[in-house]
Amino acid sequence: MALDSKIPSGPLDKKWSQYKSSVKLVNPANKKKIDIIVIGTGLAGASAAASLGELGYKVKVFCFQDSARRAHSIAAQGGINAAKNYRNDGDSVYRLFYDTIKGGDYRSREGNVHRLAEVSVNIIDQCVAQGVPFAREYSGLLDNRSFGGVQVSRTFYARGQTGQQLLLGAYSALNRQVKEKAVELFTRHEMVEVVIENGKARGVIVRDLVTGEIQRHAAHAVVLATGGYGNVFFLSTNAMGCNTTAIWKAHKKGAFFGNPCFTQIHPTCIPVHGEYQSKLTLMSESLRNDGRVWVSKSKGDKRKPQDIPEEERDYYLERKYPSFGNLVPRDIASRAAKEACDDGRGVGESGMAVYLDFADAIKKYGKDTISSRYGNLFEMYDKITGEDPYKTPMMIYPAVHYTMGGLWVDYNLMTNVPGMYATGECNFSDHGANRLGASALMQGLADGYFVLPYTIGDYLSGEILTGKIKTDSAAFDEAEKNVRAQIDKLMSVKGTKSVDFYHRKLGKVMWDKCGMARNAKGLTEAIEEIKKIRTEFWSDVKIPGTANELNPELEKAIRVADFIELGELMCRDALHREESCGGHFRSEFQTPDGEALRNDDQFAYVGAWEYKGENQPQELHKEELVFESVHLTQRSYK
Amino acid sequence: MKLTLKIWRQKNKSDKGGFETYQLNNVDTHASFLEMMDVLNEQLIEENKIPVAFDHDCREGICGACSMVINGRPHGPLKGTTTCQLHMRHFNDGETVTIEPFRANAFPVLKDLVVDRTSFERIQQAGGYISIGTGSAPEANNIPVNKVDADKAFDAAQCIGCGACVAACKNGSAMLFVGAKVSQYALLPQGHPERMERVLNMVAQMDEEGFGGCTNTGACEAECPKEISVANIMRLNREYISAKLSVERE
Ligand SMILES: Cc1cc2nc3c(=O)[nH]c(=O)nc-3n(C[C@H](O)[C@H](O)[C@H](O)COP(=O)(O)OP(=O)(O)OC[C@H]3O[C@@H](n4cnc5c(N)ncnc54)[C@H](O)[C@@H]3O)c2cc1C
Ligand code: SF4
Ligand code: FES
Repeated sequence: MALDSKIPSGPLDKKWSQYKSSVKLVNPANKKKIDIIVIGTGLAGASAAASLGELGYKVKVFCFQDSARRAHSIAAQGGINAAKNYRNDGDSVYRLFYDTIKGGDYRSREGNVHRLAEVSVNIIDQCVAQGVPFAREYSGLLDNRSFGGVQVSRTFYARGQTGQQLLLGAYSALNRQVKEKAVELFTRHEMVEVVIENGKARGVIVRDLVTGEIQRHAAHAVVLATGGYGNVFFLSTNAMGCNTTAIWKAHKKGAFFGNPCFTQIHPTCIPVHGEYQSKLTLMSESLRNDGRVWVSKSKGDKRKPQDIPEEERDYYLERKYPSFGNLVPRDIASRAAKEACDDGRGVGESGMAVYLDFADAIKKYGKDTISSRYGNLFEMYDKITGEDPYKTPMMIYPAVHYTMGGLWVDYNLMTNVPGMYATGECNFSDHGANRLGASALMQGLADGYFVLPYTIGDYLSGEILTGKIKTDSAAFDEAEKNVRAQIDKLMSVKGTKSVDFYHRKLGKVMWDKCGMARNAKGLTEAIEEIKKIRTEFWSDVKIPGTANELNPELEKAIRVADFIELGELMCRDALHREESCGGHFRSEFQTPDGEALRNDDQFAYVGAWEYKGENQPQELHKEELVFESVHLTQRSYK
Repeated sequence: MKLTLKIWRQKNKSDKGGFETYQLNNVDTHASFLEMMDVLNEQLIEENKIPVAFDHDCREGICGACSMVINGRPHGPLKGTTTCQLHMRHFNDGETVTIEPFRANAFPVLKDLVVDRTSFERIQQAGGYISIGTGSAPEANNIPVNKVDADKAFDAAQCIGCGACVAACKNGSAMLFVGAKVSQYALLPQGHPERMERVLNMVAQMDEEGFGGCTNTGACEAECPKEISVANIMRLNREYISAKLSVERE
């Protein structure tokens, strides 16, 4: 099947404005007759639900947390990019576009990325008007900082809690629509199936997490804004509840999965410290603005950091990448840390960590300045590790952080299933093989506030005569039956091992063989190991309690069942992509000095996988990436 | 280290509930409080018992999901710290730790340590926003904000909506939570046009939800994991009185 990205024709910087002036609209009277379901209340979901409600559509929005405000976007720390050029340092829409394409190692679509850069400026305006308390200068104007992978200061921030403040802004817009009765909000509800009728998305099946009730909800369009799937690795910086269930169920009902193996490993996280560990904590990338990364020059050096003299330290990022230094993109910084540790030069008890040192910055700017920049991050580090970063260097190690892959969508953010949309982290669209810092928040809000409200009209204008979608159709019966069967099956295994046992096991295989470095042998093994885990899970998992009550173990089991299947697909995708690009590093494909070696002749495409049925391998479809404006080069940050 | 845990168990909303005691023999001091709870739950599953239900998600102190009253204090003994950011190194070997849900009139228990905080949602829906439609915002730097006010607004905006202030208060008052939101918008020029309606609506909803009145005990500020200041309650009172007066004058 040919994948049509529906990128409008015309010059790159005119595509979006021309599209907007010619897109089909739904008139206000008709909007009232149209129902839209939004799954997710993170930046992508809350902004979409609020904006669609304002336009006059009838919206239902769902999240699994007890409040819309607790979506995982709340945890984002560092900032949000926008091409405002307030610093007059040479930034522009084109530069943000170019940085994003390059940072993504040329595996994203020009049209989508340019649009993202264009609307980035509107996002800041919108958020400020909502009362988001961004950092300001004494002049009263907005402040900016720089972030990894770029040479301009375009990142807006609210101390170390940018995601929180942006999400609370979107949440307030959502609350206003809830009060207006334009949006109906369902918290503690988890989507467990999509309903497709005559080839179109027509609704969802959700489980009320408090009562266990299975419910049907119908609509003319379904928007998935369910976040990333990094928890397939068990340990990640994602919140505990982040999952793939919504998009995986959509995939099994026909939506193609784009570039599933593109995973971002974030370089600055607190290292793993014990068997019981439940998640990893990110230390914002903004720390690399002032912190210097180093290890000892000699292997197995067990001296305290203070006892290692300057000339025996290897500031390896500054050494290898003199022009970007500590600010190289995430994939490069992560791999360099892994290399240093694999070389036996890692620090700390486990040897699986490197130093991030603020001593020089404190000397240069004073403790107060550093504390005003990173105070809350230093405090958080101290709370978790019991060590004071003002006195001793932080120890950091890479951890799974973000998934660039996700449901394949066209320029309209619609999947290949008509009426089913995917926005925010759960789609594959804008970040290619590696995302730049502070760009996920930008994408989530761009999709929800400024893109989807336009593009969805193109499809819904064809739905104004459809009338109310009924929930008593055969398609709904079938979908509900499947959900009940899956839950019954899980509850009836009554095995011996907890859900977490299998999740950890899956996570270990994924991290070891589909993590920071991958190769054909490891990936082939991983696929077999995951198949085994899957068989064991379905024959020996133990879920206490019943399905008709608040049952966190059952919630986890439903999610882990999907993670296991997704894990296998990620390995297949990683195996088929015989090149290294961005976060996907195949050790067989590297330059003599250890950098990722792309193969543009054969792999400049989006790998979109089609589900073919239980125990059948997915089929690969290719969307060739066409570059009209940028010239593909070997990324260099030296 | 070894711990004895006395935990509130309650099957559902209508169950009476009561304490159960559990032993944990091998708790790592570097583990977080919730990781300790994970270990307990693994043990309970192993023993064919029902694990303890509790709310949590980010485990980074920012989503506001985790709750629990630990040894009588919401979010436990450490100042300015959520339960998920509390580590076992702050407990002693052999200690007995009592764990209860956040209790308040307006927070009914759903199961074990999980409570229903949707009353907070309804307060926010009553007025916790600035009425600006998508796409109609002016250029951001056309609204300069004095840095001091911006910083104060930020301090108030840090509230994570956890409800510890309510659980800490003998009256079950939500004044700190409401004061934080009202203050954020009252301090910013963007919030001024709807200032009066906002405070009146939010306070009316707060009363309707069954939160108690404020008698200035300061327990809320002491237990708030984000150290939201009671100055925000004073600002709430001022905003409320001036809104009330001006409505009466009209
Ligand atoms: C620690 C951390 C720090 C970060 N810092 C930054 C940063 O500084 N800058 C930046 O740009 N990006 C950052 N990111 C990335 C960024 O935060 C995320 O990519 C982004 O917030 C995702 O937003 P989203 O709306 O797509 O999804 P989320 O915010 O993850 O929201 C998902 C929503 O979907 C709901 N949901 C999921 N599954 C279901 C289901 N089955 N049924 C019902 N509801 C469901 C959830 O309840 C939730 O409401 C960070 C990420 C992490 C982990
Ligand atoms: S004011 Fe403090 S204690 Fe109360 S909800 Fe907000 S963060 Fe929690
Ligand atoms: S789990 Fe998010 S604040 Fe504790």
